[in-house]
Amino acid sequence: MILPRLFWEFFKTGLFSVGGGLATLPFLSRMADSTGWFNQSQLADMVAVSESTPGPIGVNMATYVGFTVSGVPGAIIATLGLVAPSIVIILLITAFLRNFQNNRYVKSVFGCLRPASTGLIAASGLSVAVITLLNSKAVENLPAAVNWKAVILAALLLLLTRGIHRTGKLHPIVWILASAAVGVVFHFGGV
Amino acid sequence: MTSLWNLFWTFAKVGVMTFGGGYAMLPILQREIVENRNWATDEELANYFAIGQCTPGVIAVNTATFIGQKQRGTAGGTFATLGVVFPSVVILSVLAGLITNFADIPAVQNAFAGIRVCVCILIFNAISKLWKGAVTGRLTFLIFLAVLVLSYVLNISPTILVLVSAAIGIAAELLHSLQGKVGDAT
Repeated sequence: MILPRLFWEFFKTGLFSVGGGLATLPFLSRMADSTGWFNQSQLADMVAVSESTPGPIGVNMATYVGFTVSGVPGAIIATLGLVAPSIVIILLITAFLRNFQNNRYVKSVFGCLRPASTGLIAASGLSVAVITLLNSKAVENLPAAVNWKAVILAALLLLLTRGIHRTGKLHPIVWILASAAVGVVFHFGGV
Repeated sequence: MTSLWNLFWTFAKVGVMTFGGGYAMLPILQREIVENRNWATDEELANYFAIGQCTPGVIAVNTATFIGQKQRGTAGGTFATLGVVFPSVVILSVLAGLITNFADIPAVQNAFAGIRVCVCILIFNAISKLWKGAVTGRLTFLIFLAVLVLSYVLNISPTILVLVSAAIGIAAELLHSLQGKVGDAT
């Protein structure tokens, strides 16, 4: 009975996530906690893979989660669940609301939904930062609680993607592959 | 008349050529949909994109539904959408299967531990890009801050936060038009 639940969880995600890109991330983070289908660090891996492969990120993440939960049928059902509300809403708009995007209330609602969506993504980003930049095993003193290797890599990536104009325009896949290499060379996983 | 398969394959092509979705898709749609097939004008495409951002869901999917609907009604909208997600389903299923099988190899674990650090930065960069269009004044800043705190500290469901924010948007516009009427009367 996992497939109907999978469809429903992604239907909700498609219905309430606004703005594209990583907008589905906070909903998937919630899904991880409430269903136990995957954990937060698997979710971070899914973000990386979804950004490095063709296709819209939201759709890629849905397929990945669906596959993890229930194989190929899961991948298909999760993706259909995600897009179902879009299809219904867009068809309703074309049928009834010709001037939808110029309506005052629609503009005001989406003016408030954009910062909300940004805030939700920021909260998810904070969760990912905590699990990657701090050591998971509870440590008493602060220097040992910080994963210094990860912090140094993060600072370097921040500088390369934002501080230096020329490298800032490169595709994210470049940084993902470089980080993978650094992770292997410096044993980031501790194995 | 455009066949449903033609819609499906054209959007599958768009899906496979899109990295990242959203605005990354715009130049590809311009070439495939506007120039090569004349299914929409540049102006219509810009309009669909604007609506795609003002509706829930993935922007690429919303745009595909729109163009498909215009060509062949409801079935067209559905086929275009299935087309745009088709490559993702195939590619991600294969990759997810591979990654699951190799997850126990130490090198793979180390690689993903490195990648997770990169994901933090990618999310941070995405937020700073969204920030410019989203946080435009006092009200929007307060919404951002409140949602961040309520979501992270109190773990309140994103669905509830989205619904409350939408209600604030309606209330703000109601208040605005009421004030306008009072202003007209005096």
